[in-house]
Amino acid sequence: MTDTFTFPILSVIIFVPIIAAVVMLFIDGSRRDLIRGIAITAAVIVLALSATVYFGYNSQVAAVDANQAAVTEVGGVGMATQLFADGLRYEENVPWIESLGISYHLGVDGLNAPMVLLTGMVTVAGVLISWRIDDRTREFMAFFMLLVAGVYGVFVAIDTFVLFFFYELAIFPMYLLIATWGWVKLRQYAAMKLTLYILIGSVIALVGVIAMVFTADAFFRGDGAQVFEAAKQSGILSQNAGTFSFNMTHLMLAGEAGAYNVLGYAGVDVLTFAKIWFPFIFIGFGVLAGVFPFHNWSPDGHVAAPTAVSMIHAGVLMKLGAYAALRMGVQLLPQGAEVHLPWIVFLTLINVVYGAFIAFRQRDFKYVIGFSSVSHMGLVSMGWASMNIIGMTGAGLQMFSHGAMTALFFGCVGMVYDRAHTRDIPSLGGFVKRMPWVAVAFIIGGLTSMGMPGLSGFIAEFPIFQGMWAASENVSLTIGSFTLTNYYSIIVVIAALGIVITAAYVLRVTTQVFFGDFKDELYPEVGDIAITDRIILILLGTPLIILGIYPTIMAPMLESGLKPVLALLGGG
Amino acid sequence: MNEFHLGINLLAILPEIGLVLLAIAILALDLYWPESRRRNIAYVAAVGLAFLATLPVIFSPDMIRNIDPEAFGNGLLWGGMVRYDMLSQIFKVMVLIAAALTSLMAIDVKGVGRKGEFYLIVVVSTLGMTLMSGAADLIMAFVALETTSIPLYILAAFKRDDNKSAESGLKYFLYGSFASGLMLYGLSLLYGFTGHTNLYSLAQFLNTETFASNPLPALGAMALVVVGFGFKVSAVPFHFWTPDVYEGAPTPVTAFLSVASKAASFALLARFFVAVFPESVVIGEQGLQTFWVQLAAVLSVISMTLGNVIALAQRNIKRLLAYSSIAQAGYTLMGVAAIQANTVDGQSQAVAAIAFYMFMYVFTNLLAFAVVILFSEATGSETIADLAGLSRRNPMLALAMTIGLLSLGGVPPAAGFFGKFFLFKSAVESGMVWLALVGVINAIIALYYYLVVIKVMYVDRSEDENKPIPVSRPYVWVLGVTTVAVIALGTFAAQPIFIWAVESAKSLFAA
Repeated sequence: MTDTFTFPILSVIIFVPIIAAVVMLFIDGSRRDLIRGIAITAAVIVLALSATVYFGYNSQVAAVDANQAAVTEVGGVGMATQLFADGLRYEENVPWIESLGISYHLGVDGLNAPMVLLTGMVTVAGVLISWRIDDRTREFMAFFMLLVAGVYGVFVAIDTFVLFFFYELAIFPMYLLIATWGWVKLRQYAAMKLTLYILIGSVIALVGVIAMVFTADAFFRGDGAQVFEAAKQSGILSQNAGTFSFNMTHLMLAGEAGAYNVLGYAGVDVLTFAKIWFPFIFIGFGVLAGVFPFHNWSPDGHVAAPTAVSMIHAGVLMKLGAYAALRMGVQLLPQGAEVHLPWIVFLTLINVVYGAFIAFRQRDFKYVIGFSSVSHMGLVSMGWASMNIIGMTGAGLQMFSHGAMTALFFGCVGMVYDRAHTRDIPSLGGFVKRMPWVAVAFIIGGLTSMGMPGLSGFIAEFPIFQGMWAASENVSLTIGSFTLTNYYSIIVVIAALGIVITAAYVLRVTTQVFFGDFKDELYPEVGDIAITDRIILILLGTPLIILGIYPTIMAPMLESGLKPVLALLGGG
Repeated sequence: MNEFHLGINLLAILPEIGLVLLAIAILALDLYWPESRRRNIAYVAAVGLAFLATLPVIFSPDMIRNIDPEAFGNGLLWGGMVRYDMLSQIFKVMVLIAAALTSLMAIDVKGVGRKGEFYLIVVVSTLGMTLMSGAADLIMAFVALETTSIPLYILAAFKRDDNKSAESGLKYFLYGSFASGLMLYGLSLLYGFTGHTNLYSLAQFLNTETFASNPLPALGAMALVVVGFGFKVSAVPFHFWTPDVYEGAPTPVTAFLSVASKAASFALLARFFVAVFPESVVIGEQGLQTFWVQLAAVLSVISMTLGNVIALAQRNIKRLLAYSSIAQAGYTLMGVAAIQANTVDGQSQAVAAIAFYMFMYVFTNLLAFAVVILFSEATGSETIADLAGLSRRNPMLALAMTIGLLSLGGVPPAAGFFGKFFLFKSAVESGMVWLALVGVINAIIALYYYLVVIKVMYVDRSEDENKPIPVSRPYVWVLGVTTVAVIALGTFAAQPIFIWAVESAKSLFAA
């Protein structure tokens, strides 16, 4: 931390949408073009700043790596936390509720920088695709901007309380957006289901984190006092830090030093804090990532939502869940991860295969994409469960790749639906003739989701499988006297089946919607898309190709972001 | 006992003196002003009350203590009748703000707003509440309670011609006087056992062999007092009056009742139990505190659960808010249960959580009720279904209501998130993770019915969509102040107010 004034770029990214929302609310609702203008201005500013953050961090990855190598050389307790703290850039740290150790602490490392960029892209795309919403445009755009602010807040929060704050903040506008502007048939049910599912998961995790803070506090005042002092000396924690803090670095240090691994939690001899709370925290956030059996809100929610919200929801919010599950679950409770991820992996397997299979069976265009998200997000969680650098990097790439890809998908679906007014796959056909742009974009997305080499899906999914395979020897699951070993490789084999099914449904949808005969009499007014729509397709489609051809633009960054987590898990 | 210092003693009850003067002024203006100008009495009351709300802050007990520590002593003034401390200060500010906003909210309500006596009774009731916040003596506590309650009975029945209002007043009176009676019985038992009426000296007399071997007397007295407080804060199973009274009473009265009366009751409750039944008094081999803490935990769980579950089925917005207020009392009782924390710091944090919760609840609930008043005055309806299309009829009103409901539900950036967070945190700190879990599950149940109301306002269509709902100047002020306060308390103002709450809570545990 330096004393000189630095431009608080992350705060600006969060507050530009909030200010835009407030300004809009004070404008006469009938001046729709002005409101759209404000929204797109805010979105473009945010995207520009996000890109600055991403490429700014990218240019520093080498420095971060060098530092990490030096720290790893020294080793010792606190090494992982040191890696994490040193990797943060663009930090902002302002005390919020000092007596409770809550500070408005933001920062970017290799893990969340790609997510920041992704959010920026989807925001611009979301505003553009909502251009023609005429019903209460002001409210729609204002709530959308609040949602964006919340999402950014979660991604860049380094204080767990701040993370929760923005997490809950993001959920509510989502409810209104879906319930008010969504698909009439399903919207009320879907919006409520989605909100309650996600909130239940997160508030239970919140209680877990509060309990974690107290555990860390007691540890640092007792057995861990030396570790605490040493951390203050070495600068991991600030000089005036108290033992009671919601800061992620603080909690991570406690975890690394074994605070959550003390036997006798809640009066039971064999229990530790990490063992009890890890599933609640990981799955609590995993709900938003669509982890089976809590994935059920997701297809309904995505289908019911207006296109822009589907895009941001499937594209960004589900990543929020996966990201928070890693940050709050694996990173803070690594000992819990080692115990529980070996069985959670089965849930992710169900996600991958079952999600793909259900997607295959759908007639509704949007439901296909909704279930495909469930399937692909399963791969992200599976990547976390591999607990090694290859698999986790793959999962990180998959988060970005799937984010852009699924937003593209929902964009395409929206564009088709806006013109054809139906999403029933068998009654569509031949749209490539009228909407060539959309067809091309959809095929790019489809190939990505199949994992075609040269596109980002391949460089994300392949490492996940590779990582799982590599992890197979090290992972075992003990249930009573029965021990399961080497089963990760079997899981890989079955999960690969999911990819085959994915290929099947993508091809089926592509053929039925875009190829075949065009029914002129049914869809007389279908024409090509507007310029705004083309911008969306280019914006979301290009990264898929760039990342596929040139993964170095993201992979080293993710690796540097994942090293602290892996140092905790004892891998490399 | 120290020498009597008039200056300090007067400062201690400055707001109360001000309230009496304000009451007299309102009475005079009511006689003097013609009917056409009586609306202005509301402004006089509101400005007066708002001014009085600044007094406890300006003449902060901590400051006075520093000026003359010897005369100030332990803050027990007027012969031990009132305690001049930070806890009384923060709650006095709350009830005075609530009363000021209520006066503004009543201004255009038919049959209420133009009657001077309405404001007079509100001011007198507020007087009782400020005294409750500082009461340090059994007699003072009871007198303050009655000074609060009796005007509220009248207010509930203020629309004499309206059957529902009359029913509401009568119900409130019957339940209230019965609860007061039980409580008085408890207080008299305490006096009988110890021969003392000062809250701060009772405990030492309870701590004898006689009571330790026979738990019945002390626990019996405690139970009776709990009934009284349970009634006042509308905790289950003493809540039966709440929905009917809330529904029948004129809406500004409901608003006032739901926040000010509850806040003052929690102030007295915290002071009473911490002072009279401390852990150091051992009854039947257990500290007295253990008993009421467990009782509070049980009441908290059933109040939250029952309040929220029954609220799901409500169709009338006032009844919905009534059940929601029962649930809110349940959340707050979680803070009371958390007083069992091991350290004084933890205990202060628990009381601070209660104070913060009540502070934000004042603004939140008044915001929600202000919207209900505007809506029902314009349309004559109080059913939730009729709120349909509110976001088209008056987008700002719908937004304000949304913020209010979200705050009740505990969603950031509204203040309720911090309020609940502090309570849950205290519960975890005192080792009751299970209570915090019950709390969060309840928060989700509650969010369901708040979201349903929001949905009705934004999604549902209605035939009256193009009939706008007018909002007059005083209501713009009320909505503006409460909305800004709710957002501020949920963001940057959370820190200073929580520190203030912690300071005031510490005064409770200082000797």
